[in-house]
Amino acid sequence: MAINTRNRGTFDWIIILLYLALVGIGWVNIISASIDPTESYNLFDLDNLYAKQLLFMGLSIVLIVFILSLEAKFFERFSSVIYVISILSLLGLFVFGKTISGATSWYSFGSFGLQPSEFAKAATALALAKYLSDIQTDVKSFVHQLRAFVIIALPALCIIPQPDPGSALVYAAFFFPLYREGLSGIYLIIGSVVVALFILTLAFGPYYVIGGIFIIAVVLLILNRKKRFGKRLYYILPLAAMLFVFSVNYIFQNVFEQRHRDRFNVVLGKDVDMKSIGYNTYQSEIAIGNGGLSGKGFLKGTQTKGDFVPEQQTDYIFSTVGEEWGFVGSTLVLFLFVALMLRVIVLAERQKSQFSRIYGYSVAGILFIHFLVNIGMVTGVLPTVGIPLPFFSYGGSSLWGFTILLFIFVKLDSNRVNDW
Amino acid sequence: MRRILLFSVVLVTGLLFTGRLFYLQILNTSYAGLSENNAIKRSFDYPQRGHIYDRNGELLVSNQPSYDVMVIPREVEPFDTLELCKMLKMTKEGLVTRLEKARVYSPRLPSIVIPQLTKSEYAYLQEKMRKYEGFYIQKRSLRDYQIDYGANFLGYIAEVNQSDVDANPYYQSGDLKGRTGVEKQYEEVLRGVKGVKYIQKDRFNRDIGPYKNGSLDTLPQPGKDITLTVDAALQKYGEELMINKRGGIIAIEPATGEILALVSAPNYDPALLVGRERSANFTKLWYDTIAKPLFDRSLQAEYPPGSPFKTLNALIALQEGVVNTQESFACHSGYYYGSRGRKLGCHHHPSPLSMIPGIANSCNAYFANVYRRVIEKYDTPQEGMDVWKHHLASFGLGDFMGTDLPIGRPGFIPDSKFYNRSYEYPKYKWFSTATISNSIGQGEVSTTPIQLANITAAIANRGWYYTPHIIKAIEGSSEEIPEEYRTKHVTTIDPAHFEPVVQGMNDVYNYGTASAVRIPDIDICGKTGTAENYTKINGEREQLTDHSIFVAFAPKDNPKIAIAVFVENGYWGARYAGKIASLMIEKHIKGEITRTDLQDWVLSNSLEDEYAKPLSGAPFYINDGKKLSGVPEKPQL
Repeated sequence: MAINTRNRGTFDWIIILLYLALVGIGWVNIISASIDPTESYNLFDLDNLYAKQLLFMGLSIVLIVFILSLEAKFFERFSSVIYVISILSLLGLFVFGKTISGATSWYSFGSFGLQPSEFAKAATALALAKYLSDIQTDVKSFVHQLRAFVIIALPALCIIPQPDPGSALVYAAFFFPLYREGLSGIYLIIGSVVVALFILTLAFGPYYVIGGIFIIAVVLLILNRKKRFGKRLYYILPLAAMLFVFSVNYIFQNVFEQRHRDRFNVVLGKDVDMKSIGYNTYQSEIAIGNGGLSGKGFLKGTQTKGDFVPEQQTDYIFSTVGEEWGFVGSTLVLFLFVALMLRVIVLAERQKSQFSRIYGYSVAGILFIHFLVNIGMVTGVLPTVGIPLPFFSYGGSSLWGFTILLFIFVKLDSNRVNDW
Repeated sequence: MRRILLFSVVLVTGLLFTGRLFYLQILNTSYAGLSENNAIKRSFDYPQRGHIYDRNGELLVSNQPSYDVMVIPREVEPFDTLELCKMLKMTKEGLVTRLEKARVYSPRLPSIVIPQLTKSEYAYLQEKMRKYEGFYIQKRSLRDYQIDYGANFLGYIAEVNQSDVDANPYYQSGDLKGRTGVEKQYEEVLRGVKGVKYIQKDRFNRDIGPYKNGSLDTLPQPGKDITLTVDAALQKYGEELMINKRGGIIAIEPATGEILALVSAPNYDPALLVGRERSANFTKLWYDTIAKPLFDRSLQAEYPPGSPFKTLNALIALQEGVVNTQESFACHSGYYYGSRGRKLGCHHHPSPLSMIPGIANSCNAYFANVYRRVIEKYDTPQEGMDVWKHHLASFGLGDFMGTDLPIGRPGFIPDSKFYNRSYEYPKYKWFSTATISNSIGQGEVSTTPIQLANITAAIANRGWYYTPHIIKAIEGSSEEIPEEYRTKHVTTIDPAHFEPVVQGMNDVYNYGTASAVRIPDIDICGKTGTAENYTKINGEREQLTDHSIFVAFAPKDNPKIAIAVFVENGYWGARYAGKIASLMIEKHIKGEITRTDLQDWVLSNSLEDEYAKPLSGAPFYINDGKKLSGVPEKPQL
């Protein structure tokens, strides 16, 4: 086909190279994190995680070729179908799902498992892009906002009871495309205030925060005492904030389980036992700190070899990077991630089609939430939330999910010259 | 704004994380060592401790394997508790508590269930342990004593304590270290160097292979065997003679300074401090505050030297030229001095006497006279005193000997400073007569038995000695022994002055105070000593029965042995110490005892009653002057 021949050269090679670099470096670290020091390498023994991951990487290439050979319009046209299939696959888990380490998130095929939530992100991004790019849709309309919200929330609601709150948290990423497309800044402000109040309440307790809100409210009232309209807000907002603070406190103390409270307390530097409750975070910090400037070297990390950091080949893979490759290596990885996300944003901005742009923003947003929560957790600045590091963490579903997510965008981007 | 929000958030997050990494990896160094603590375990390979031989090559101390029953609680499978209890000879409760303790300590690390099984217990258990999952038997090395004597100089080994670990990083908790005696002195030679293996551990503390492929590991260096100068047969004989007595025997080879025997009585079997009963036995020895078996009297006990000290005063007087060998001094059953008729008592003997018979008869008056002349030769008694002390110091008195045994005492030789302080000089003056007791080895002077043996060796050599030492050879060492034990110490006395003193000591045997303990065919020179001593009983100063002291060397020419014998409260010099010394000399030189009646007397007589007197309140022979049954009247000093 003439169109395809024309577009073959316009795939964004920067993204592809960044992707290959991340997957490659990730695999090297999976070797470190999963190799049994008493045995020698065996790339063909699928009992070894690194061998399995290599297989997943090979299949990813097949996926990439497949995605890039499809019509770009396919994704826009079939987005609804894909979305529905994805939701059904999530719902099917309640019936056919396999429980691994407490979460019913997998379909089991022999020794392999498939985690539909990893694919639901791309599906949701497609569906949201499709809905928002519809000529009928107005982001500023509350009803349309609500519909968009439903599209986003549906998969999240399916994922939460698995339970996998980490994967559900990722759906917060869709705020970024919504905002880009014109969602009111109020949401941004409210969101920021909520997060700030939440953190402040946990860190200092509700009474100091309420006292603070009260003082700010009084000061604002006095400064704006001559204003005629909207004065009611000065009473309502602080009250709402105080109520929120109380409810945060209540939820934290009564609804959260102790392990959740512990995770926050670890990060907030409260007095917790680093040998048990703070173990993950503490060992991860030790591993990263152990790396120093240049790291211990490939397969030489004592923390990594000793398997001290739990889940070090999946969610905590970055601790292995930190230990074996040091500040130099881990900053390089940070740089690759930031570069990839920025490249996606830049490309999204240059899309002519709104669908492609929204999808691009969704991709960047999802990558960003994963990056933020995962690295934050591993370096001990955010609470422990089970969420993989894109392209790095061991696991076929995760790798394929992100590969699909990213390469659909690569395909869309390659097609932008044909858009109008 | 809408276009740059995500862009800037991503950028800022990337920078913040870079900052966090910079903090964790570069700024904060407290994480650096933590992983090594976590993940690297050092495992030690202990070499065999060196063996100890006597001068004739007889094996004194070797090693024996010891077996500990160990358990790794996590690996324990349900088992027949009753049967195991029976095998291990412990109660069911005992076993259960032990296992619980082990589990609390660590479920994954081995703990000891029963320490130090004997070989026969091990042989029995070895077959059966296999069917108990989680239990196994670990081999260790303990000291194996081939002899049941010599504990005082062999010393013992014990687990290191915290201060040892702090002082020397070589030691780890649980290591064994020489605590006393030769084991302590030659610790580094005997122990060798342990090998270290660095092992990478996982989070369950399981081994997962060598760290850095074993490039940091070291091999153990085996401990070296050492040969002592001690003659095991002589040592054994000395300890037998000292049974039921307290005191010490030191025999030295004068030509080399080698210690032939180092007896401290009472002693104990060194094997008591090995094995399962070690702790109980040690407690028993440690708390025996009456006999003090852990107190090495031969090295640590500071006694008044008594009459053997007279030989030194004679030598100093000759060297200072204040007397010649012909001049005689009268003795009026003592020596009167001072304006108020003070008297230094003496016993019955012919009078007047010159130097040689003076020594042979141990005349107090003779030595009081010559001592005064030494002190009064100089313008002030202070000056005389210091000259006197200077001569004595050249014999190694008044200071630590510097032997290669880790314990010792300096004894005491007073100087002018000491008396100035005591008499508050210059407010009050003091003169030679105030110190007159020094002339006969009483008063302020005190010496340890090994110092007495050493001055005897110096006299035997006519003016020089080697520092007494117990090391003869170290396996594989090119130098024979440390330099300091091959350095001749020359006394301040002209060798020519020794002959009359030696003759006097020879006459002690010929017709003097020790004529009763002569040995046919051996020309011995000796000197008796009977030292007064006091203690406090119920707050009152009471005089105890005199110490029995004897120093001797033989033969007179080319002496082979110099010996000092000290028997606490042994009545008088020749009664116990003299007999023991002559038996020891005969044993060393002839290799056999011809005078079995003498030997039987020493072996069968006990001083335990004497030692019980201060505790039981029984009267002392010496205080009330009453004769105790079977004890002859107190003879010469």
